[in-house]
Amino acid sequence: MKNPLRENVGGFFARNNVTILFIVLCIGSYIASGTSMSYLLPELFTRFGRNAFLVLSLLVPVVAGLGLNFGIVIGAVAAQISIFLVVLWGFSGFGGLMLCVAICTPLAILFGWLIGKLFNSMKGTEMIGGLVTGYFSDGLYQLLFLVILGGVIPINNPTLMISTGVGVKNTINLKDNLKYALDDVSMLTVIRVAFYVVAAVSVILLIFRIVKKQGLKISSLLKPLVPLAILYGASFIPAAKTFLDTTRLVLVTAVEIAALVTVAYNLYLIIRKKAINKEPGVPKKELARIGLMVALYAVTWIPQMYDAMMAVHLPVLTYLCIGALCLFIPWFMDTKLGQNMRTVGQDRGVAASAGINVDRTRIIAMIISTVLASYGQLISLQNIGTLQTYGSHNQVGLYAIAALLVGGASVNKATTKQAVLGILLFHTLFILAPNAGKALLGNAQIGEYFRVFVAYGVIALALAMHAWNSKGKKRKAPNEVEDGSMAIPFGL
Amino acid sequence: MEPEYILQMEHVSKSYGDNLVLKDVSFNVKPGEIFALVGENGAGKSTLMNILFGMSVIHNTGGFEGDVKLCGEKANFASPNDAMKAGIGMVHQEFMLIPGFTVAENIKIGREDTTPTLASRVFGKTLEKLDREQMNKDAKKALDTIGMNIDEHVKVAGLPVGYMQFVEIAREIDKADIKLLVFDEPTAVLTETEAARLLKVMQTLAAKGIAIVFITHRLGEVMDVAQRIAVLRDGEVVSTMKPEDTDIVKVAQLMVGRKIEKMVDDSQVPENLDTAPVAVHINKLYVDMPGEVVKGVSLDIREGEIFGIGGLAGQGKIGIPNGIMGLFPAVGDVEIFGQKIAFSKLGDALHKGVAFVSEDRRGVGLLLDESIEDNIAFNAVAVKKEYLTNFGLTKLLSRKKIREHALNMIKLLDIRCTGPAQRVGSLSGGNQQKVCLASALTLHPRLLIVSEPTRGIDIGAKKLIMEHLVKLRCEEGVTIIMVSSELVELRSICDRIAIVSDGAVAEILLPDAPDADFGLAMSGARAKGVR
Repeated sequence: MKNPLRENVGGFFARNNVTILFIVLCIGSYIASGTSMSYLLPELFTRFGRNAFLVLSLLVPVVAGLGLNFGIVIGAVAAQISIFLVVLWGFSGFGGLMLCVAICTPLAILFGWLIGKLFNSMKGTEMIGGLVTGYFSDGLYQLLFLVILGGVIPINNPTLMISTGVGVKNTINLKDNLKYALDDVSMLTVIRVAFYVVAAVSVILLIFRIVKKQGLKISSLLKPLVPLAILYGASFIPAAKTFLDTTRLVLVTAVEIAALVTVAYNLYLIIRKKAINKEPGVPKKELARIGLMVALYAVTWIPQMYDAMMAVHLPVLTYLCIGALCLFIPWFMDTKLGQNMRTVGQDRGVAASAGINVDRTRIIAMIISTVLASYGQLISLQNIGTLQTYGSHNQVGLYAIAALLVGGASVNKATTKQAVLGILLFHTLFILAPNAGKALLGNAQIGEYFRVFVAYGVIALALAMHAWNSKGKKRKAPNEVEDGSMAIPFGL
Repeated sequence: MEPEYILQMEHVSKSYGDNLVLKDVSFNVKPGEIFALVGENGAGKSTLMNILFGMSVIHNTGGFEGDVKLCGEKANFASPNDAMKAGIGMVHQEFMLIPGFTVAENIKIGREDTTPTLASRVFGKTLEKLDREQMNKDAKKALDTIGMNIDEHVKVAGLPVGYMQFVEIAREIDKADIKLLVFDEPTAVLTETEAARLLKVMQTLAAKGIAIVFITHRLGEVMDVAQRIAVLRDGEVVSTMKPEDTDIVKVAQLMVGRKIEKMVDDSQVPENLDTAPVAVHINKLYVDMPGEVVKGVSLDIREGEIFGIGGLAGQGKIGIPNGIMGLFPAVGDVEIFGQKIAFSKLGDALHKGVAFVSEDRRGVGLLLDESIEDNIAFNAVAVKKEYLTNFGLTKLLSRKKIREHALNMIKLLDIRCTGPAQRVGSLSGGNQQKVCLASALTLHPRLLIVSEPTRGIDIGAKKLIMEHLVKLRCEEGVTIIMVSSELVELRSICDRIAIVSDGAVAEILLPDAPDADFGLAMSGARAKGVR
């Protein structure tokens, strides 16, 4: 995807066939459904906020060669157990959510470690293993929630438990405790907390460096602190305070801010490159980013789009979390551990002979994935506001994986960009399919069927293509060895 | 002070079970010396290296006797990692590279340069950020050391094959204080010019004081670069010499030389073999079998002949029968008794009177979970539609006929089993091989191809199988092609032996040709004017 212009056009289409098919499908069903952007966009961004974390949690195992992790269902189970406990104990709000995190993190680490152990003894068939383990965990989960809670451990809570006292109710309403716990944190709070945290960390680092008699490197400390301080200071201006005190950001404003920041930052980069470092060549990357942002900003001037984008209210902290994860994954992949994972994912034999502990690396990948998936499920459920005790986790793995694949990822290669693109396309189709079905065939149900068919179809297609590709590679291998060194008439 | 020797092997012996594979091996390597280790397959070269690197296969089979000393100090490595940390490097025959990584990433694999981050201070070193600048710089330096002008930013997948070996070497010398480098058949996949460049690099490295152990069977290369040559044969160092004191013929002789015990009596050679009609005519056969590529073999084999095909592992001898049988993609002309074989039609050769005993008896030759009798009859049922009772609408297996025939075969080949219904997978290797042979014989072939018929079986079974091959030829006039790595066996029953080297026939020799001729043909070095 890096430089499509230079690539062979046919090859580009062949490699991105699923994505292109989905773009066509999305446009087609948008036209057929006759819905407006003001309907589509708010829905899309709500679903994006719910689903993004879960999809992003799939990336690490793909890189580490474990394939598509159907085992994220188990992470979701960990999240649901923690939500049940928090609701039972009567905690609510942001504090309650943090308690959920505190409970589900060790649970998810334990589960991830167990799945990792299992996957290490079934190398090469992790995907089917993950799928079956997901079903198995569902069984254990039902045993826990239907029999053990109330049956073995007495729980006296008529709102949560079935009237017989044994087993948990089908739905748990989170409206009064955890709903919007993350979404409803205002920008002001985020900025202030971030400022204090960064300031505290900076001070600790400074003391640490003084004690250890290292260089103080104050400039590196000030880099994150100064912009935060400016924002913090701005929050005392009354006009800014009213703006920052809100918890939702209108999409138009978000685009304006993003465009402003990106353009300013890239201009700074260009100036530094050209004027200070005097690097030769045209700064293509920076210019491309500026161009993209300007184009995005221009979209807000289309009246129809403006109305639609005004209707989208982004929960600030949730989107910040997603953004942070999007930045974290590439950063992580560039660490020693990330490089080890890439090595293990490419070739376990080479990794082992280079002294990398293959099994341990794979387990760490599974732990990270499971923990992120459990956070993803927490984010998703706090937004939805009801926990379907026996259903919320069921399709989590399937839909997350389908979304990732739609973005052009494969069993052994997936990037953050593909994940984001995939979520947008997949959910666009999900939103539009029932309407399109109704408009075309007079029956919304057909659209529903269609989207389920699409989810499974995409996964089947991706798996089949993976099998074909690896088969083709194997057959090619001996010829490649020959390549260039000897001319052998293998016209086979 | 510089130690006198980098590596000393003192009285090293090793046995796997009762099988003594190394007998009192001693040698030493000086700093800056290129020390060549030559020998046939199975001479013990790889066992020796496994001991040096502390491979788990050695520890799991009871360790070894004798001492390995590195820089004068006793070394007994628990794992290859320890060996690497101690300054021993290995350049593998097959590339240990990751195609999707850049050259620099491959050189630095597992030893990436990093800079600390905030997270790494809290969670440990593994979260340190990669220092790509430093990695690229080091990689460049290592590549410059060996005189390779490769861009370290390029992905390995885009490099020509010949360059990959150099990336591996760069990786080894990038390791801090590397003292000893082992090159295991490094030139096997290289073209001549690339091989020449590799040898030059080896000399450059040696000049820097690194000791080099050069394992190969290409004697020409050894004579060019090595300071000393040790010949390993049947687990013993038969000779250590300097190239200037010897010549390639002598080395070849030492490598092969052993007294030929006639394992079987084959005095009854059919008359007029030279003028008998051609049974198998192979013309420019190319076979794309991974690891055993055949690159243009032409042979004529006469009716009633036992024709041997020998050579070292990986040179392509096994590819020939597999190509003829259509098990791997092949092109070229093969005529058997005047009929052309269509490679595209799987099993075509079987229908034209050829039976094949595969070298991969557990994978290709046998159905391990089926009984002995079913295994024996299977080919005949499938190919010739024998052992069937016709019921008009359908044909069913005739259990009685199969049982009868299986009992005959068990007696004839002395298959040690509890009965014809025993599962083949539970038999010993030798008896499995006899079942393979029985299955081939059941086809009543005019041409029998046996590939590595004696691999992994005991001496008694070996003898019996070979005797039976001779008998088949004498009594039934079957033409036999025997492919084997065991030169002794080929020389004891074959009428002529083709030695395959680098995918082509190097020489066709008579069994009583001098040892040196066999050695030279196998190592692909044709000493000019020697014959």
